[in-house]
Amino acid sequence: MKGAQIFIKALQQEGVDIIFGYPGGVVLDIYDELHKEKMRHILVRHEQGAVHAADGYARASGKVGVVLVTSGPGASNTVTGIANAHLDSIPIVVFTGQVPTTLIGTDAFQEVDIVGITRPCTKHNFQVRRVEELARTIQEAFHIARSGRPGPVLVDLPKDVMASVTEYKPLPRREKEDIEVKPASKKAFYVLDLINESKRPLILSGGGVILGRASEELRQLAWRTRIPVTSTLMGLGAFPGTDPLWLGMPGMHGTYYANMAISHCDLMIAIGVRFDDRVTGKLDTFARKAKIVHVDVDPSSINKNVMVDVPIVSDCKSALQSFNQLLAEQKFNVMDERRQEWFDQINEWRSAAPLSYCQDSKSIKPQFVIETLYKLTRGENTIITTEVGQNQMWAAQFYRYDHPNTFISSGGLGTMGYGFPAAIGAQLAFPDKLVVDIAGDGSIQMNIQELATAVQYKIPVKIAILNNGYLGMVRQWQQLFYEKRYSHTDMTYAPDFVKVAEAYGLTGLRASRPEEVEPVLKKGLSMKGPVLMDFQVDREECVYPMVRPGAPIHEMTLGREMAN
Amino acid sequence: MEREKKERVLSLLVNNRPDVLARVAGTLGGRGYNIETLCVDATIDPKISKIILTTIADQPTLNKIEKQLMKLLDVKQVTDLTRLASVHREMMLVRMKLTDQNKADIALIIDTFDGRVVTMNGDHCVLEISGTKEEIERALENLKPLGIDDMARTGIVALERTK
Repeated sequence: MKGAQIFIKALQQEGVDIIFGYPGGVVLDIYDELHKEKMRHILVRHEQGAVHAADGYARASGKVGVVLVTSGPGASNTVTGIANAHLDSIPIVVFTGQVPTTLIGTDAFQEVDIVGITRPCTKHNFQVRRVEELARTIQEAFHIARSGRPGPVLVDLPKDVMASVTEYKPLPRREKEDIEVKPASKKAFYVLDLINESKRPLILSGGGVILGRASEELRQLAWRTRIPVTSTLMGLGAFPGTDPLWLGMPGMHGTYYANMAISHCDLMIAIGVRFDDRVTGKLDTFARKAKIVHVDVDPSSINKNVMVDVPIVSDCKSALQSFNQLLAEQKFNVMDERRQEWFDQINEWRSAAPLSYCQDSKSIKPQFVIETLYKLTRGENTIITTEVGQNQMWAAQFYRYDHPNTFISSGGLGTMGYGFPAAIGAQLAFPDKLVVDIAGDGSIQMNIQELATAVQYKIPVKIAILNNGYLGMVRQWQQLFYEKRYSHTDMTYAPDFVKVAEAYGLTGLRASRPEEVEPVLKKGLSMKGPVLMDFQVDREECVYPMVRPGAPIHEMTLGREMAN
Repeated sequence: MEREKKERVLSLLVNNRPDVLARVAGTLGGRGYNIETLCVDATIDPKISKIILTTIADQPTLNKIEKQLMKLLDVKQVTDLTRLASVHREMMLVRMKLTDQNKADIALIIDTFDGRVVTMNGDHCVLEISGTKEEIERALENLKPLGIDDMARTGIVALERTK
């Protein structure tokens, strides 16, 4: 069988039902087989879009996203998408074409050393030098992508290898092997003792809980022990955003009460987090009063930024299951009165500084758009994706996520242009759900070419642009830290987004006054195909609360002093 | 935990593949850790290579380096030989121009450091000296005033004393 045929067979063996890709010279053999095999392929308009779409597909569905591109620029255009998936631990496999093995190293036409380029931003990568290695390498790539701490894997496919012939024996899909922590282990008992003794406990959950499909176990632990929960950006949705125990997101733009709880808790149970600087603020003041339990599947996350007292290397699900099992055996008393003081204190913080903004009658506040969107779309049948910057933070603050895999955002790399192609991927994973990309006018222009993809395949994603004519978050920093010198952040010279939408063949709607927000959303969300909604919002609204970079997280600017 | 920054010797067992060294070097370099010395060759099993590298780090940093290296799929084992009973050696080749004035001194240094003359070509010779890092450095200090033409050092190789 020819290499290109083996490629398709091996993907089918892995259960792949969709490929995001872009053809070119050295992958023609593969594209020819794709044509014959009728495997679903989504033709993007830029390779970066393909990787983000595969990433969004993976985040929404939990399956491995697949990308196929050509060599040279096709391959190098995937790098941002790969780095994005790497920092957020998203399982994708990227197949890049490569010049024939005889030409590798000769600076051939459309040759780049993509294995070298992506070495630091993939979990692992391969170049297949012989067709006999092809099936095994593909099996290995999928296994690596989804096992342990997931991540992107790149497989480089020289043209001659794909045209060579060998015997094909199907290899079974390898299931993921979890690193287990046994329920009876000393550490789990110790964690329970800590919970029993604690007067001010707090759970900090992260993306690992969603990736490890441990949301149900997290909820059980929190509900059974009545420990309040805060989640990082990557962890939103693992614990219900409408639950009384929910404190909102912590960190630079976290809620006042989540950050105060972190600074005052005496026990922090950190699950599937990696203590990013945007979460911790100044490291030596982070959770200074707390004993920290840290569960993570990746040993290198533990004691990397924050020194912890109880390190547990385990996938989140096994660890949480073992805690819950011990709790059930111990008949843990949930109504512990020693904790009342802690809840009173949290409620005091909560009412002192809730998330807020001032909606006036003149201009649309971006937060109001998100709140209205939430009112109209709440529930597990809505998936929200975001771009990066103010739009992302408001989407994290003012929309409440009750279900895992319903908030999709570029956390670690902070990739502008991520949200829209990711929405396309998420929508293809769940054709019947409502998928909304909350965008900024800067970010949307970074992958706006994918509008053509959405129209071509009738992918009914909805885009809500919070259009303030600025690179809003950068402008906010210039306002607060650079004495309002708005150096190169004015984006007034943008296209008319409604006309752009129409030119691509989708519906464009616009709201420029507060009373138009709800009608535009209602109309846009109810339409069958893709829709772009342009909300012309208050130009200089800032995201608050805010912790200055490098400051302790309990030292927050609440923003009220800025109002009026 | 040991906060002192000092030379640490790591012994790695890795798959013997062409790009593995790049992965190991990139993992350290990309996170801002410096490789001081590096020695690589296949083990008795030709599919497995041993990398001995040294880096200057405190204990918490070294722990992070070890964990990052263990994340590489081609790395099978990482051992911190600094914390174990182990022997450390390196070798140096030094090319010198022989003159009537320096011959006797060079012979004395060879004798002191258990070195030998590997080759002699006209008025040039190449010396080989092996020993601990400190010995190599002392030998070098002594040879310098006598006129070193060129030199090469292997960096440290190290082995645990017992299993």
